[in-house]
Amino acid sequence: MIQAALLAVDIGDASFGIPDVFFAIIAIISVVAALRMVTTNNVVHAALYLLVVLASVAALYIILGAEFLAVTQVMVYIGAVMVLLLFGVMLTRTRIGNETDLNYEKRWIGGLVSTALLAVMGYSLWEFFGSEALAADRTPTPTSEVADSIFSTYIVPFEAISVLLLAALIGAIVVARRD
Amino acid sequence: MLLNQFLFLAAILFCIGVYGVLTRKNGVLVLMSIEVILNAVNINLVAFGAYNDDVSGQVFALFLIAVAAAEVGVGLAIILLMYRNRQSISVADADALHG
Amino acid sequence: MFSAEVATDISWILENAWIIPAIPAASFLLILFFGKKTPGGGHWIGITSVLAIFALSLWSAVAWIGYVDDSHGAEAEAEHAAVVEEFAVGDTLTLAAAEEPVEGEEHAVEATPGPILSERDWFSIAPFDTFKIGTLVDGQSVMLLFVVTFISSLVHIFSVDYVAGDRRYTHYFAFLSLFTSAMLFMVLSSNTLQLIVGWELVGVCSFALIGHWWEEKPNSDAALKAFLTNRVGDIGLLVGMTILFFAAGGTFDITTINTMAGAGEIGQGTLLVASLCLLGAVMSKSGQFILHTWLPDAMAGPTPVSALIHAATMVVAGIYLVGRLYSVFWVGLAIPGSNINALALIGGVTCVFGGMLAFVQNDIKKVLAYSTVSQLGYMALALGVGAWTAGMFHLFTHAFFKACLFLGAGSLSHACHHSFDMKAEMGGLRKIMPKTFITFVIGSLALAGIPPMAGFWSKDEILAGAGVWPGTGGNGTYYIPFIFGMITAALTAAYMSRVIWLVFFGQYRGHSQPHENGPLITVPLMILAFMATVVGFLNMPPAFATAIGLPESWGERFGHYVEPAGIASFPGDLGHANPSLSLAIVASLLAAGAGGVVWLYYQALYRKDSMATEVTGGLKDKHKVLAAGHTMLVNKYYLDDLYTETIAMGTKGPIAKAAYWFNQNVLDGVIDTVGKGTVGLGRFVYRYIDQGAIDGSVRGMGVGADDSGQMLRKVQSGKIRQYAMLMFGGAVVLVAVFIVAV
Repeated sequence: MIQAALLAVDIGDASFGIPDVFFAIIAIISVVAALRMVTTNNVVHAALYLLVVLASVAALYIILGAEFLAVTQVMVYIGAVMVLLLFGVMLTRTRIGNETDLNYEKRWIGGLVSTALLAVMGYSLWEFFGSEALAADRTPTPTSEVADSIFSTYIVPFEAISVLLLAALIGAIVVARRD
Repeated sequence: MLLNQFLFLAAILFCIGVYGVLTRKNGVLVLMSIEVILNAVNINLVAFGAYNDDVSGQVFALFLIAVAAAEVGVGLAIILLMYRNRQSISVADADALHG
Repeated sequence: MFSAEVATDISWILENAWIIPAIPAASFLLILFFGKKTPGGGHWIGITSVLAIFALSLWSAVAWIGYVDDSHGAEAEAEHAAVVEEFAVGDTLTLAAAEEPVEGEEHAVEATPGPILSERDWFSIAPFDTFKIGTLVDGQSVMLLFVVTFISSLVHIFSVDYVAGDRRYTHYFAFLSLFTSAMLFMVLSSNTLQLIVGWELVGVCSFALIGHWWEEKPNSDAALKAFLTNRVGDIGLLVGMTILFFAAGGTFDITTINTMAGAGEIGQGTLLVASLCLLGAVMSKSGQFILHTWLPDAMAGPTPVSALIHAATMVVAGIYLVGRLYSVFWVGLAIPGSNINALALIGGVTCVFGGMLAFVQNDIKKVLAYSTVSQLGYMALALGVGAWTAGMFHLFTHAFFKACLFLGAGSLSHACHHSFDMKAEMGGLRKIMPKTFITFVIGSLALAGIPPMAGFWSKDEILAGAGVWPGTGGNGTYYIPFIFGMITAALTAAYMSRVIWLVFFGQYRGHSQPHENGPLITVPLMILAFMATVVGFLNMPPAFATAIGLPESWGERFGHYVEPAGIASFPGDLGHANPSLSLAIVASLLAAGAGGVVWLYYQALYRKDSMATEVTGGLKDKHKVLAAGHTMLVNKYYLDDLYTETIAMGTKGPIAKAAYWFNQNVLDGVIDTVGKGTVGLGRFVYRYIDQGAIDGSVRGMGVGADDSGQMLRKVQSGKIRQYAMLMFGGAVVLVAVFIVAV
């Protein structure tokens, strides 16, 4: 019955299927988590909400068939970046618990700017990609294909990224060390 | 599945990130908001990659993750230094560049 | 461009000329890094490299001559014979009736083979063709290769003794190498971009070598002055080259630019603006009047450096530039058939004023410096009146005799307590330093243009090239430049006569024990004196060659091999003036007469007091007008005062002070003007225009900038949030604009 109800709703030439249900759930979770992240008064909670956002983005990657990317997202973002951010929270001795001085006054200006941004972006997306659908018979991208692409077509950017990471590593050490 | 559903979600996350950057004073929270923005961009890249049936989108997303990692590293180093010098990580205090 | 149909074997060196600047560049690095550890403090590296490139330049000169001959042989065997015959007949006639004005039948011009280009891709920017880097070898560049490497070799050898024991001996040789390399790089450049690079590199070397003894303030000041004055001209260079780049459809290629300019594909107005801009560069680099003031000060450097850089090679870079882009100047300044243009006028004014300034100097190097200014004016004049070959030939001969004179002055000062003061430290040196004496006199005769020395031939060609003297033909009737040229011929002989008298005759007035120098110093002098005697014959008129019993084809060899006549990148309608015997006689007599009068005058003057270091009872004490003229000359026409006190101080003075000054002086000046008539009027104009309008507008701009700055600095709050807000707000506006627009 649910199946029938789902199939009944047609938007353009794509039909509303099981992946869409997952998408809807993930979308709602991520948006709520993101909103909580930017409004909470607890820094550690904000970090945890960010974790939820990152995880749901990883889930989106799976829906889009980018499995390798999803794994990378989990390992790099949730494994490394999150830990880094929590270290940052700890090392700067931000109080764990509610804080008052986290936000600017006049938050409505920020809200106004971001809403305006959303409005123009939403309008143009609607205008230009209104009913473009993804192919229904997509299969997950094999990791080997991603690897082939990185190490042939994108070998120079790859090397550049390596150098960038090295530079960032050295830069971070130089900036943060005590002397 | 529509392309637009991913793009809209990315746009919403992006704008939430922007809101965070614009309203947060705490440096670490600003960095977190930037991470959300970057992830929104990544969603766009992967979605367009799927739409065009091209692996390039994913490759660029991978590069972006690497860049984001570097950014967090340097950003946190700067915030640590700021904390050490000013005992505060409020970006509102860092206005030594005013004219 | 290429006479491709002519089957000629091109010698290896002509296609690989890049090696010539590469060797001294390598030598520069070697001396810099290893010089101190090698025996001789690095001078062996420098001398070896410079002798090697001298040999290569000789090879390239021989190869070029062979190349020109070969292509003629293959191409024009048949016509050649006819032309020669015609020549011979015409010239015997000329000789027989030399006093008669002969109708200016222009010399038949044989087409010379085009330049040999060897280029590589340098870089590319999307809408333009790939930019090339490479060498352009033709008669002009081969000639300069020879001159630069020849003088540079002798200067290297001379310096071993002269600079011995200096605290920066190694550094000195390193920069000599770098300079040589940069100059050769510039000379060989196949496009204007490369030329600018070489141009600036020689400027840097000049700066470093003028300020060689920078511990003393005047020396570092002189170096700065040279550098900054040249920057003024460089603006013109950059603007001019940019105009030419776009006018020629996005190419820096010299041959293309010249060909397009010659073919009328670039508008005359554009070329006029471009050539006037380039003229600014020529004025600063080649010491033309009003931007020449750095050149005499540049004598603060070691004397061999002055000989190499500020007499023989670097200062002719501007002349070389004009010669290189001659089609641009030819069309831009409308040289043919005219009777005055900017280049000829500047050249004429420079040669007269420089010659006059040389008269009042007591420092022998300063005399030579002003003489260089004057002779460079001669070259500019030659190019301005359309006598390309004469200008280039004068560049060629001038390099030898001026280097000879400078090194001679160095030899004198080396002997006399390191002083250059002719009145206080010299006199009567002819018996003590006979070798220096003879070589210096030969150099002076060549400079003064006394036949048969080198300077005579080239000067005579320039005067004939002005096209004023009956029967000379040429490219127009340049009366004013011609008169300036004649005056300079007399002036040059006069001031050199003064120098020789003061230095070598009379009694020794100094306090040290002068002695003749060793062979490292005198041998280069002798070589240069020999060259100063003979190189003039390279371009003797064919009629003269037959008259002294040489084959007629020995005449005008220089022009034959150097001038790129008959190719598309060189003005096709360039006329050649006929040599005139009567003009040569008149000019020589003028020079000899002027020299003689001055000689007698000084002899009489010093008869009263042979030890006088400050001569009294001279002309300037007897006549008020002459005294005033003397004061003006001693103060160098007050140009330095104008530059430093009026322009520089006026520019950097505080705004408030300027405003106060404006109120006090200009308004008062206005009132004064009404009362004081003509004299006051002149002052008023000067103050009002210079100080009032210019200062006022500068002040206005300053105030405007300050106000807007005050307004804008409020935007710079330093608040990250505000910046981010503005950035995203700007993004929203931009997206909205795109949405509306698309």
